[in-house]
Amino acid sequence: MKIDPIHQFNIEPLFTLGHIGNHTIAFTNSSLYMLVAVAIISILMLASGTQLVPGRLQSVAEISYEFVASTIRSTAGSEGMKFFPLVFSIFMFLCVSNLVGVIPYTFTIASHLIVTVALALLVFFTVLIYGVAKNGLKFFKIFIPHGVPGYILPLVMFIEILSFFLRPVSHSVRLFANMLAGHIALKVFAGFVAMLGFSLGAIGWVGGVLPLALTISLYALEILVAFLQAYVFAILTCIYLNDAIHPGH
Amino acid sequence: MAESHGGAKAPATDAHSEADGGHHAGAFPPFESSTFASQLVSLAIFFVLLYVIVSKLALPKVGGAIEARQNKIEGDLAEAQKLKDQSEAALKAYEGELASARSRAQAIGNESRDKANAQAEAERKSLEEQLAAKLAEAEKTIASTRATAMSNVRGIAADAAGTIVQQLTGVVPDTASVNAAVDASLKG
Repeated sequence: MKIDPIHQFNIEPLFTLGHIGNHTIAFTNSSLYMLVAVAIISILMLASGTQLVPGRLQSVAEISYEFVASTIRSTAGSEGMKFFPLVFSIFMFLCVSNLVGVIPYTFTIASHLIVTVALALLVFFTVLIYGVAKNGLKFFKIFIPHGVPGYILPLVMFIEILSFFLRPVSHSVRLFANMLAGHIALKVFAGFVAMLGFSLGAIGWVGGVLPLALTISLYALEILVAFLQAYVFAILTCIYLNDAIHPGH
Repeated sequence: MAESHGGAKAPATDAHSEADGGHHAGAFPPFESSTFASQLVSLAIFFVLLYVIVSKLALPKVGGAIEARQNKIEGDLAEAQKLKDQSEAALKAYEGELASARSRAQAIGNESRDKANAQAEAERKSLEEQLAAKLAEAEKTIASTRATAMSNVRGIAADAAGTIVQQLTGVVPDTASVNAAVDASLKG
């Protein structure tokens, strides 16, 4: 019994959509789970009623709304509500796709660096373009922290600029690495159970209890991580947007 | 992902490098650049779709429902406050009315008592006057009766004196001297 913890991340084309240059554009399993995430979010947000006393589905929709709204207000102020649709889309997209991804035999969109990089760059360029468009050159005050003595200012500025341009890297790799590592660990421990059982027979099945318990606890942890990483991605988005809205703070 | 590696999926892993074209056997899937274009296109399509749904439909709808509830609660609270104020005003008006009615009742009571007292007093006075008048009249009557009686007594006394004198002396006394003597005796 061979454990292949990487297989779950394979991109399988389901059908070909067309070609751009010499790239084949296919509708893949990743595309399918993106569609699933969009469908779940749409059903949650649109099929829930607008009753005065909300039902279960409506409560979930309203809690999601209030949760994201309060996150934006607390990190980027009420002006940050301009980006409410963006932050809400990012948070819900990642949260739903990560939670769907924890279900066995499914695919996790955010376990591919290209997807998290694309989302991180979307946030990065939104911050950069909106920041410059709204504040002009004042936007670049974010590189000059207050109260830094003149003689170390060049060094601090260099670090600030470097960290600003490294943001998309940390932003995307954090999510990608968490999802990837969590799913690999889960797969490895789950594989131990089967491997022990099939190779050692009865003793193996008894011995497999330990990795099984580990798998179960890891699974619970992964559910938490799935939500938490979506939240971290969203709150970092809010913090970066705050720089564009209030540079120099 | 706790995806089991058994069953029909296992051979696909080994075969997919040929089948998928461009996937390199053994390469780490997240770093297979040949899949990037497909993923980016899918992400662009579905994220834009999600953004449109969220910004045009979902958030206005859910936000509207929350706002409507907020407005309803605020409206109801305002209404409740208004009704409370109204009931308090009504209570105050009632209490004021009650107090004024009570004082009016007291005033009416006082007035009627005074009137009754005054009437009784007047009746008493007139009765007393009547009684006094009757008394005076009675006294006058007594006095006149007494005077009449006294004059009768004088006449009777004079007659008796005349008769006694005549009986004793056989002489008919002079009326004038008899009267004078009676008068003197009556005064004495």
